Amino acid sequence: MSDSQQDYSQLNNSEPRSKSSTIDLVNKNLAKRYRAEKRFRFLGLASIGFGLLCLVFLFTDIIGKGHSAFFQTYVQLEVTFDADRLDITDLTDENQLAMADYQGVLKAALRERFPDIKSRKDKRDLYKVVSSGGGFELRKMLEADASLLGSTQMLWVLADDDIDTYVKSRGDNIDDAFTGRLSKKKQEVVEVLIADGAVEKKFNAHFFAAGDSREPELAGIKGAIMGSLYTLLVTFSLSFPIGIAAAIYLEKYARKNKFTEFIEVNINNLAAVPSIIFGLLGLAIFINFFSMPRSVPLLGGLVLALMTLPTIIISSRAAIKAVPPSIEEAAMGIGASKMQVILHHVLPLAMPGMLTGAIIGMAQALGETAPLLMIGMVAFIVDVPGGITDPSTVLPVQIFLWADSPERAFVERTSAAIMVLLGFLIVMNTFAVWLRKRLERRW
Amino acid sequence: MIEQPISGPTVGHPLVDNAKMSMRDVNVFYGDKQAIFGVDLDIAENQVIAMIGPSGCGKSTFLRSLNRMNDTIDICRVEGTLKLDGQDIYDPKLDVVPLRARVGMVFQKPNPFPKSIYDNVAYGARIHGLVSRRTELDEIVETSLQKAGLWNEVKDRLDEPGTGLSGGQQQRLCIARTIAVSPEVILMDEPCSALDPIATAKIEELIAELSENYTIAIVTHSMQQAARVSHRTAYFHLGKLVEVNETEKVFTNPDHELTEAYITGRFG
Repeated sequence: MSDSQQDYSQLNNSEPRSKSSTIDLVNKNLAKRYRAEKRFRFLGLASIGFGLLCLVFLFTDIIGKGHSAFFQTYVQLEVTFDADRLDITDLTDENQLAMADYQGVLKAALRERFPDIKSRKDKRDLYKVVSSGGGFELRKMLEADASLLGSTQMLWVLADDDIDTYVKSRGDNIDDAFTGRLSKKKQEVVEVLIADGAVEKKFNAHFFAAGDSREPELAGIKGAIMGSLYTLLVTFSLSFPIGIAAAIYLEKYARKNKFTEFIEVNINNLAAVPSIIFGLLGLAIFINFFSMPRSVPLLGGLVLALMTLPTIIISSRAAIKAVPPSIEEAAMGIGASKMQVILHHVLPLAMPGMLTGAIIGMAQALGETAPLLMIGMVAFIVDVPGGITDPSTVLPVQIFLWADSPERAFVERTSAAIMVLLGFLIVMNTFAVWLRKRLERRW
Repeated sequence: MIEQPISGPTVGHPLVDNAKMSMRDVNVFYGDKQAIFGVDLDIAENQVIAMIGPSGCGKSTFLRSLNRMNDTIDICRVEGTLKLDGQDIYDPKLDVVPLRARVGMVFQKPNPFPKSIYDNVAYGARIHGLVSRRTELDEIVETSLQKAGLWNEVKDRLDEPGTGLSGGQQQRLCIARTIAVSPEVILMDEPCSALDPIATAKIEELIAELSENYTIAIVTHSMQQAARVSHRTAYFHLGKLVEVNETEKVFTNPDHELTEAYITGRFG
C-alpha cells in the first residue's frame, strides 16, 4: 500500500507539471467557462426582457390612447318627428325620405331644450352640440317604423366630436377638461346636459360600421377593413399559387445552370427591394401602361402580390428542400411520375412551411403603406367598398390619414385603428401557427 | 489492402440462359468520374442475386441503374445495353414509370410515406390505376401485407401511420408497398443495414419466400446475408465486376483471388 503510494508520489514528482497542470487548467477553465455561459444566458434573457419591455410600452401607449375611441358620447334630446318640418307627406317616397330635413328637427329639439338661448351666434353654437350626421339615425328610425312620424321621442343623439373630446377628457373634474375649439357657450350647454344626466358614453358601433369621414364622430374603419380584406384576397390568390409554382419549378425541374442562378440571385434581391419601388412599378405599368383604375383593391393586390412573391418563393423553396429525399425515392421506386411525386408527397409535406411563409408575406402585405400611396389608395374614400374594383383604402393607409388629421378626436381613432390592425395581425399569425400544427400532425 | 490492377474479364459465370435482366458493357459516369467499368451480367429469373464488395465499389450505383433511379441525378450518365425481358430499358422512347412498376426498389433506410399503413401499400396500386373498386384494393393491401409477413401484426391498425411502426416492420411495410404493384424484379439496396438482427432475420426469411415468385437483386455489406439468401453472388471491386458464381462456390472456393481476399476479411 505504502509502496504504491510512494510510487504514485514519485510518479507525481517525476512529471509534476503535466500531471497537476492538466487538471488545474481544466478546473480553472471550467470556472471561466461557467462564467461565460452565465453571461451568455444573461445576454439572451436581457434581450428578451428588452423586447418585452418595448412591447409592453407600445401596447400601453396605444391602448391607453385608443381605448376611448370604442366609446362615443351621445346627448339625450326630446325629438319630435314633425311631418311639416321634415317635409314628408308620403313615407314610401324614397326621394322625400332622402331630402327630409332631419337636422332641422334636431335643431328644433335643441331650441326647445334651451329656450333661453336667443342670439343667432349662440344658437349656432347650440346646434353644433349634436353631430352634423346625427340626423341619419332619425331617417333609419323612420324607415324602420312609419308610426314614428308625428310622435315625440326621447332619443340619444350622436354628439359632435368637440363635445365628445370634452366629455372624455373631463372625467369628474371640470378643470382637467380639454376645451380646444369649444366655445364658452357650448361648454355651458354641455355642463347643463351633464348635470341633467342627458350625456352618456355608449359603445361606438359606428366605428366598426362606417367608412371614413371628415367628421371624427362619423368616421369608421369598416371601409379600410373591407379594403384590406379585398386587397389581401387579391394578393393571396395571386402570389400563393404563383409563388409555389415558381418554387416547385426552381427546386424540382430547373437544371442548375447560369440562367437559374441568375434568377435565384434576382429573387433574393427582389425580397430586399424597398416596397415603395413596387408602388412605382405599379404606377408605371398597371396605371400608365395598362390604364387600370386607381385606388382599387385589384391594383393594390397586384402590387402587393409582386412585393410578397419573393418571400413566398424563398420560404416555399426552403420548405420543399426540407422534404426528405427518401420519401421521393420511395414514391419513384414504385413508379410514381414526377408530378405524382410532387403532388402526393412533396407538396403535402412542404405545405406547412409554405403556408407559414405565405402568411408571413400576407402579414407584411397587410401592414404595407408605401406602395399603396403610389397607386392612389391614399384617397379620401367615404363609401365602404363592395368589391375588388371599388375605390378603397386599407388599414395602414387609414391610420396614416387619421394620424395626419388635426382634430383631436382622430388621435384616439388612430390608436384604435392601430389596435384593429394589430388584432388582425395577431389573428393571422395565430391562424398560421394553428394551421401549421394541424398539417404537421398528419406525419 | 491489396492494390493490384483489375484487368481481364469477369471470372465465373456472369451470363445465364434464363435471364430476366441482361446487362452488357455497362459504364456509369458521375460527371467525368467513371463509377462502373464495362460490366456484363445476367440476372436469372426467380432467383436472388447478391452483389457484394467493399464500400464505394459501385454495387449500389449498378443496382440503381437497373430501374433508372440514377436518372434523378443530373450528372449521372449510363452507357451500354440494359435489357429487361429483351427490351432496352434505356430506350429514349421507353416510359420510366411502367419500368419502375415492373422493377421495384427497396431502400437502405425504411422510408414509409407519412400516411396510414393502408395508404402506404395502396399507393402504388392507386397511381397505376390497377383497381377500380375498393374491395379489390383491400384485397391487394391484404395479400401484399401477407406476403411481406406483416399482416398479422398490423391488420387491426391499418389506418395508423406507417411511420409509427418499428424499423423492421417499416422495412417490411416498404417491401409490401413494392410488391403491391406486382413487380417482376425487386431491387434491394442494403435493406437490413438499419435493422437489428431479429428484424434482419425476418427480412431474410421473407426474401427467401419472395424469390419463388420474384427476381431479386440485393446489395449487401453482410457476407453472411449474401450467403444465406442468394443463389448467385456477384463481387464488385472498384467499379468492376470481378467474379460471378453460384453463392456456394463464391463463399467456399472463389475463382478470383480478390474475391477470396474480400470474403476472408483481408480487406473490405
